Formats: sequence, structure tokens, C-alpha cells
Amino acid sequence: MRFSGFKVIKEALTGHKGWGPQWRNPEPKPHYDFIIIGGGGHGLATAYYLVKEFGQKNIAVIEKGWIGGGNVGRNTTIIRSNYLLDGNEPFYEFSLKLWEGLEQDFNYNAMVSQRGILNLIHSDAQRDAFTRRGNAMILNGADAVLLNAEEVRAEVPFLNFDDARFPIKGGLAQRRGGTVRHDAVAWGYARGADQRGVDIIQNCEVTGFRIENGVCKGIETSRGFIGANKVASAVAGSSSRLMSKAGMRLPMESHVLQAFVTEGLKPVIPGVITFGAGHFYVSQSDKGGLVFGGDIDGYNSYAQRGNLPTVEDVCESGMAIMPMIGRSRLLRSWGGIMDMSMDGSPIIDKTHIDGLYFNGGWCYGGFKATPASGWCYAHLLATDTPHKTAKAYRFDRFEHGYMIDEKGMGAQPNLH
Amino acid sequence: MIINHPILGPRDAQEFTYLGDASLLNRPDWQANDAADQFYNYQYLRDNPAGEHRELWFHEQGDRSWLVVTRNTVTHEISKVELASDVARKEGRSK
Ligand SMILES: Cc1cc2nc3c(=O)[nH]c(=O)nc-3n(C[C@H](O)[C@H](O)[C@H](O)COP(=O)(O)OP(=O)(O)OC[C@H]3O[C@@H](n4cnc5c(N)ncnc54)[C@H](O)[C@@H]3O)c2cc1C
Repeated sequence: MRFSGFKVIKEALTGHKGWGPQWRNPEPKPHYDFIIIGGGGHGLATAYYLVKEFGQKNIAVIEKGWIGGGNVGRNTTIIRSNYLLDGNEPFYEFSLKLWEGLEQDFNYNAMVSQRGILNLIHSDAQRDAFTRRGNAMILNGADAVLLNAEEVRAEVPFLNFDDARFPIKGGLAQRRGGTVRHDAVAWGYARGADQRGVDIIQNCEVTGFRIENGVCKGIETSRGFIGANKVASAVAGSSSRLMSKAGMRLPMESHVLQAFVTEGLKPVIPGVITFGAGHFYVSQSDKGGLVFGGDIDGYNSYAQRGNLPTVEDVCESGMAIMPMIGRSRLLRSWGGIMDMSMDGSPIIDKTHIDGLYFNGGWCYGGFKATPASGWCYAHLLATDTPHKTAKAYRFDRFEHGYMIDEKGMGAQPNLH
Repeated sequence: MIINHPILGPRDAQEFTYLGDASLLNRPDWQANDAADQFYNYQYLRDNPAGEHRELWFHEQGDRSWLVVTRNTVTHEISKVELASDVARKEGRSK
């Protein structure tokens, strides 16, 4: 079934009886060419592009819970390509370009909204740094505009411009950035992959790998052994847990990140705004809720819930930059487990075990990467060579000193 | 989270900063033949377990001592708190 305006009208006139399930619920086969572990955004996108762009067949996505129940359904939905470093910027710009055509490509309404992202500047040093970043973005074919304080005020007059400690001195805007309906990304890729023959197997936890003479032959699961030529992990926050079953220790810590949403309000915020002096960012969902977040809690955690001090810190930052937020009531907060890598950048690479591949280390910023991550991972799986925008995302970069450390924080995951 | 400081008693975790896995106490010997390899392991690779985790917390807004806290990463429950200097001494280090 294809979605179209015609189909919507037809269903409206015939009592909406013609909508069916969007994907099948198949039993696992004994063997696949490719098994992708993790039915989050990245796993599902990988399966989709493996078939669509790389012509591969006989693929399964194995998910321990339900698809979209992980970080892809928990994030604050911001997409952007405002990175500085060579290893990153071409990849994230590739991703943003894929977002721009995604809904037509997979025929699903993911509510991709390029409402723009604005990073506020509060000091001269920050203006220098953001100018440099903007130039790096433009050099890589992305868009960036530097705004002075008056231009920022004209766009978002409700901010606290004259704060004694952190006055707003300008902003770096990326107009093509924005937000996307996160669940719909998982569903759209799932539906697109399923329509092309990919088996999406839910409620099936991977509990181990069958490795013989340095070659991965398949996976052990809660529903028995499944054989495969190539096994590809894409389990985000669970990466260390899963890969330890293959005897690997990763350059990674798992941390909890919280997010918040207020009651629904009339439209008040035009795009995404980030505070440059504390860690706080906010946008408004199409339902009207203000969606915001800040720092990770800062200690290793697999709890999928955070603690109150971070709630207080995020709300304080919100009040500092946007005092009117204090008039709204908080509806919900939740947490997700981040695969925080040692340099804040991801890994898309083969492992030292033949037939076993890895995708992870997305930290708190992997949602925007979903299309490019899927594409580049599919490229690696199909061709055994890295995609040109993902060449730097190697396992061995830590060993050889080629870190991609956007923040310059060193090997301390909770500071990235 | 409340960290039961061995000297100061129960303190709010907010008074501390977090460093990470307590294996960071065991800095490799820089003169070993495979020192580069050992330092790569020490600096970058982590067990990152779901469950019990021994980790370093620094009492920055308190007595500035380093603690080894044993905490469950799934429940956030803290089961043991030691002075890092005691742990290091028990392992035969001078300080
Ligand atoms: C609060 C919050 C806010 C965020 N905000 C943003 C943002 O604004 N912009 C942005 O770009 N990024 C953001 N992120 C980060 C982004 O959500 C993640 O980096 C990204 O979703 C991770 O990739 P994924 O979608 O594949 O992960 P997930 O959706 O977590 O997928 C991994 C899947 O693997 C499954 N799995 C795990 N172990 C096993 C196993 N043993 N067997 C089978 N399946 C298994 C899990 O159940 C899960 O479904 C945010 C994250 C959080 C938590």
C-alpha cells in the first residue's frame, strides 16, 4: 500500500476500513545473509538502504523489545549539520540532505520540519568559535548564518537578552536544521524495509554470538539460534553489553540523558534554540508542547531514568535564557541510555571478528544521523569498504591518535 | 543519590564530580614493553557493565578526597564506599 492524498480521501469516505498493518510479524528463518541487531532508527535505516540502495536480499532486523522503543522514540528530534571537524561535517551534511528527501523516498509522513536551529552566542570568544564553525559548515556545502544581537532579537524577542552574566551577543543559525517526528522515522524505515522483504523480528533478544575460528556464524537469541553471513550490531546504549558477548571491550560508557515536555501551548517558538552558556535547548512540537533538554546526568547508567539534580539544572538553564518558560507546566520527563564514546564521535566499522560489524557511539546526537548512519552502514555491509563520508569512524582511531573530538574534552565520555 | 562518605557521612552526590571506572587507579607501567598497548586499554576501553560498577567520585565541594563507589548502574543503588587512597594502599601502592 502507498500513502497518497487520494488514498486518504478514499479511506475517509469508506470508514477507514482499508488500512492494514504497516509491517509483517514474521517468524525468524534459520539463516539470513544479513542480520541487523537493534530495531532503532539506525538498524531499520540500515536494512532499508541495504535493499533499496545496495540491492541486497535475505535480511532480518532483530529487536529485543518493540521497534522504536529505544532512543529513536525518546529523543528530542533535532536534526542539524553544524559540526566543525573534517571527520564529522561531511557525514552530518550527507545526513541532512537525506532528511530533505526522506519522506518522498520512503513514502511516509515523518513531519520533517526545517524550522531552523539557532545557537546563541554570549561572549566574544564564543563568537570567534561559532564563526569558525560556520565557515567549516559552508566549506562542506552546508548552510550557516551569523547573526548579531539585534537580528537575534528580531527573530526571538522573548529571550533574556540583557542577563548580567550571559547577555546574548548574537547567534549562529542553520536554517536547514529543524525537527522530525521521531517515531515516524522508525515506522517509515520499518515499513519501507518490510515492503522490500526484510524480516523485522520483535521480542527477540540477542544473547550471544556463535563465533568459530574467528568467524561469526550467527546469533543466539531468546528464540533460538539464527545463522547469518554477516551480523551487524546497531544497539546504541546497549553496545557494550552486546559486544561483550563477543569478548569485546568498547571505547564507550553508557550514560542517561533526560528530556522534558510541557503542556501544549499555542505556537511560541519558531525553531530550535540552544543556550550557549549552560546546556539547554528547546523547540516546540507540532502538538504545542515545549520539548527541551540539557546535559546527561554524568555517571554510568543503564536505568533509562535520571535523577532530580539534572532536572533542576536543566530548568534553571531554561529560566536563565527564556524566562517565560516558567509559566508553562511540565508534563513529562524521561530518560534514554546514550552510548557515549571516548571522543564524542561514532564508530561504523568492521570488528576484528570476520562477519561481525559494529555501529554505535552516537552519544546524545545520533537521531540526526539516522539516514546517513543507515546508508553508510549498509555501504560497509554490502561492499566491505567504508562510505566516503564515514571513513573516519574507525575502531582503531583511539589506538592511533586520530580522535574526532568536537569538544576537545579528551577521553572522558561524560564531558562530551 | 546519596554517597555515604567514609569520613564525612552521607553526602549529596551533587557535591561530587564523576570520573569513571575505578580501573583508572591502575595506571600501567610506562616502561613496560607493551606500554603503548596497555595505555590504550587503560585510557580508552571500558567494561561498562549493566549492574555493579566500581567508579571514582571526587568530593570537589567537600574534603576533596577521591572515593571508590560501588554502585549498580541499573538501579543506581550504592552498596559500598571506600577512600580511593585506602583502595590503592590495599593494592600495594604507596599512596
Ligand atoms: C533524551 C534524549 C534526547 C536526544 N535528543 C537528540 C536530538 O535532539 N538529536 C539527535 O540527533 N539525537 C538525539 N538523541 C540521541 C539519539 O536518540 C540516539 O543517538 C539514536 O536514536 C541512537 O540510535 P538508534 O535509533 O538506532 O537507537 P535505539 O532506538 O536505542 O535502538 C537500539 C535498539 O537496540 C535494541 N537492543 C538492545 N540490545 C539488544 C539485544 N541484545 N538484542 C536485540 N535488540 C537489542 C534496543 O531495544 C533498541 O530498540 C537523544 C537521545 C535521548 C535519550
